Formats: sequence, C-alpha cells, structure tokens
Amino acid sequence: MKPTFAITALAGSLLLAGGVAANERTEDYLNTLTELGYPAPKENQLVHIPPTMQDLEASDMHPELKRVIRRGYDLFTDTQQLRGENVFNNMNCSSCHLGEGRMPFSAPVWPAAVTLPNFRGKNGHVNNLEERIAGCFTYSMNGKPPEYGSDNMLALAAYHQWLAKGVEMYPEKPIYGRGFPAPERPEELSYANGEKLYQEQCAVCHSENGEGLQVDGKTVFPAPWGDGSNNWGAGIVRVFTAAGFIKNNMPLGQPLSLSDQEAWDIAYYISNQERPQDPRYTGDVKETLEKYGPTFHKHSLYGQASEATGETLGDHDNTGEKDFLKPDTVRPRTFE
Amino acid sequence: MKLLPITLIAIGAAALPGWAFAATDGDPQKGKEAAVVCVACHQADGTGKNNPNGESWPQLAGLDAAYLAKQLSDYKSGQRENATMKPFANMLSEQQVADVAAYYSQLTPSQGQGGENADEATLARGEMLAQRGDWADYIVSCKSCHGPGNQGAGEAFPGIAGQHAGYIEAQLKAWQAGTRKNDPQDLMGTIARRMSDEDIRAVAAWLSTQPPQSN
Repeated sequence: MKPTFAITALAGSLLLAGGVAANERTEDYLNTLTELGYPAPKENQLVHIPPTMQDLEASDMHPELKRVIRRGYDLFTDTQQLRGENVFNNMNCSSCHLGEGRMPFSAPVWPAAVTLPNFRGKNGHVNNLEERIAGCFTYSMNGKPPEYGSDNMLALAAYHQWLAKGVEMYPEKPIYGRGFPAPERPEELSYANGEKLYQEQCAVCHSENGEGLQVDGKTVFPAPWGDGSNNWGAGIVRVFTAAGFIKNNMPLGQPLSLSDQEAWDIAYYISNQERPQDPRYTGDVKETLEKYGPTFHKHSLYGQASEATGETLGDHDNTGEKDFLKPDTVRPRTFE
Repeated sequence: MKLLPITLIAIGAAALPGWAFAATDGDPQKGKEAAVVCVACHQADGTGKNNPNGESWPQLAGLDAAYLAKQLSDYKSGQRENATMKPFANMLSEQQVADVAAYYSQLTPSQGQGGENADEATLARGEMLAQRGDWADYIVSCKSCHGPGNQGAGEAFPGIAGQHAGYIEAQLKAWQAGTRKNDPQDLMGTIARRMSDEDIRAVAAWLSTQPPQSN
C-alpha cells in the first residue's frame, strides 16, 4: 500500500549498480522514507542510495576488489574486531551510521568519498578520506586509527568509495539526508524531562546507567556515555548532533517518533554525563575549552557544570580503556 | 585489567534493584515439579515442537529466565493473549512462575524445526533479514536487538536462533495483527508490521536452522 513517489528530479545515481537498478532502489527507499515522515528531496538536492552487499556480489568487479570491499563492510559493521588495537570503547561504525552507513538522515558515509579532500574546520587543514576515517577512530571510537595505507584503512576507504558509486566528485548540489539533520532547537532544554524520557524510551536497550549492552564481548546496544562510549572530542557530543541522531534514528525502528523537544531533552540529558577525555586535552579543561570552543565545544557541554553532578564536565584525566591520550595522527598539516 | 569485567559483574549483581531479581529468583528444582503441566506440549526437555499444520509449541530450553517469567505473568494478567497458555499459566503461583522460568532457562536447547525444506532463495532472504535487515523497507535486522547470533540479549530480547519456524512465524503475524503486544515500546510490533508474509516465512525458516544457545 505504498504511494509511489514521483521520481523526477533525481540526479547522480541513476546508473545500474549490479543486480538492482539504482533508480528502482532509490524509488523504494524514498517511498519508505517519506512514508515514515522524512522530507522528500528538494528539487536541487543530490539523491543517492548506495548499492547493497547483494549488488556487490552481483557486480562484475574484480574478485579481489570485492574481497577488499567485503572486508571494509565487515570492519564497518563489526569494528569491535579491532578492540584493544584501534577501538577502545563499545562502538561499531554502524552504531551511529545505521543501515551499514547507507541510510539518509543517519550520517551516510559515502559523501566523505566525494567531498574530500577538503578543508576541515575541526582540525584546520585539508583532510582526505583516510584522515577523516582516522578522526572517527580517534574520537568516536576513543581509539587509535589503523595506519594510513594499511590493509584495514584501505578496506574501509574502499567500502566508503564503493558506496558512492555513480556519484560525481565534488558535487555542487546539496546532498539529501546528509549528516544527522538537527530539529529546531527549542527555547528551553529540560534535564529532568530528558532523564525521564531516557529511562522510559532508551534504557530498555542502553541501560539505566548508560553502559549499553554487550553479549559475549560483542556490542548489541552501544553506550551513550561512560567509558564504553565516544570521548569528548566526538562529533556527537555536540548537543545538536545528538538531537539530530536521536530524532532521525531512535528508538531503533521508530525514527521521527519523538517530538523535537523530546529529542533535544534526551540529547541534553546524555550530554550532561561524563565520558573519556577529549584527545586534544591540554591538561587543563579551561584551556582546552578556550582552544577548541570556537570550532567545536561551543556546541557541547564540555567545561560546563553538569546538571547531573554539579561538577565540571571533562575536568579529569580519564582516557577510558586506552592508556594514551592522543594518537600521533592528530597533528597539524601545513603542506609546506 | 582483564579481571575487571568479572569484578564488575559480581558488584553489579549484588547491587541490582529488587525488581530485577524478582523474576529470576526461582528454584529450578521446584520449577521442574511445577512444570509437569507443561511437558505435554513443551516436552520434558523443553524443546517444544514445530507443528506445520497447527499451533507450534515454542522451545523454552535455554531462554532467559526473566523473559520466560514475564511471558507467564503476561499470560496470567492477559497482557499476552493465548487461549492454550492462559489456563496453564493460571495454575501457577507467582513463585511457581519464577521456579518454572528458572528450570527451563537451565535446560540445553536443541535444534529448531520447520526450516528444513526451505529453498535456497528463502533461506538467503531470511539470513539477510536476520543479519542485516532490509533498509529499503526500514526493516532493521533481528540481530540488532536479539544480539550476536540472535541468541538473545538481556531479559527483554529473547534468543530466537534455533527456535521453531512455526512459532516464530505465528508470533510475527500476531504482532502484525496486534494480537500480541507485550513487547517493550512496540519495538517488535513496529518491525513486524513492515514485513511481508514471504519475509516472515523466510526469516522464521532461516532462524530455525541456526544453532541455539542458552543465554
């Protein structure tokens, strides 16, 4: 009983990708998404629904390339296999990038493959795809990235690039469903309401104390805060990013079911909890805030008094499970 | 450092609130005695039975005790409706519910039935739904809640690997129809309503062929 979405102004991905025609796939996804309440693409937007692993198998790409892309997919969806080496918390890439990194409104990862290299405000220099992936390992996985050019890094990059199949490099049109689009920020955020909603709507999976759930050492439900979670340098510590993730993706299977206020309140509650130190920490929370506030922490609660404990958030030396603060890939580049 | 998780489990268990224990505080030995009313369908070893032409009896062996206790309590209260189960659940006191749940949780599960004759395409579709989902219809994978190997995650998400296909199929259809709704926050109902009859048959068949494991 699906209404058929008029597929008229979709550019960029109408190529045949393996077993399924890309335009049929795009139409299927857009019907589902709009039925769930996501906005339809605007006329000027670039719409791309990446190929699936079935499409990969059906394609005539070199068997060795298929093997490497499969490896990238496997690392993306089970990043815990790198625990203790590159990953020092309970996260998988797919914990935040739902649908294997393919879903609009869930920070699909293919845009990185077609918009980089580019200047990145977060570290103030031009980043390529590998350095961008390294950023995820440094902050979101509270870890140490696989070496540039290593098998694992190459496999992850290959997976990203293959997901972008058919899209032009450096597209000029804005990308449909990019990032975690934040709902409009309400005037007031309520910690108490966020806590109540978290316990009612989130705790069944993510647990009352935010530690999530692991079974047999594998993550089922990631930890929204604490040592098993991302550190203070991860993008999702920005309250608007967390609100955007929650609104568009949570509870799992029920996107857009929370009101804007509810999504923001839950994000605010989670943002008031502790997590491992920002790898860019200078040894002093105030100094770190001054240094990275303008580009980053002005959107987080880092360095502010926690509504949960009254203590200054991020004022500690806790690096979580890892025994170092900053991987050596976090360094300025001057290209001189 | 390696010892830390064990320490945490020990501390965590001691610090659990009372309600969390209420359901698991059963005596398996007493449960075995109370379970005499269950064996006609669920069998003495708790493996149940797949009945292709009628109501399948789920395998209970190895399921999480708190999950089992909740289901029995829900039959008693009417939150979960099933004409076959209601009279039997009503025979059990609250303590016996906990005892029976503890008893079945300790039994070793066997291989589920009902997927043996499924063709390759059906099993492939079932595997995809269980392991990766189908995001074109916003069907999230089974394992994203039921855990690695679909062997269960905590007390809210039961193991479904190795369960009988007939039972899984009937439950998904019950969620679809709204005749079963005792899941937390309609999490299962939401997904079931997005599945076609073929999807349900496929995922039930594939899951039944997977190795069960006590959780």
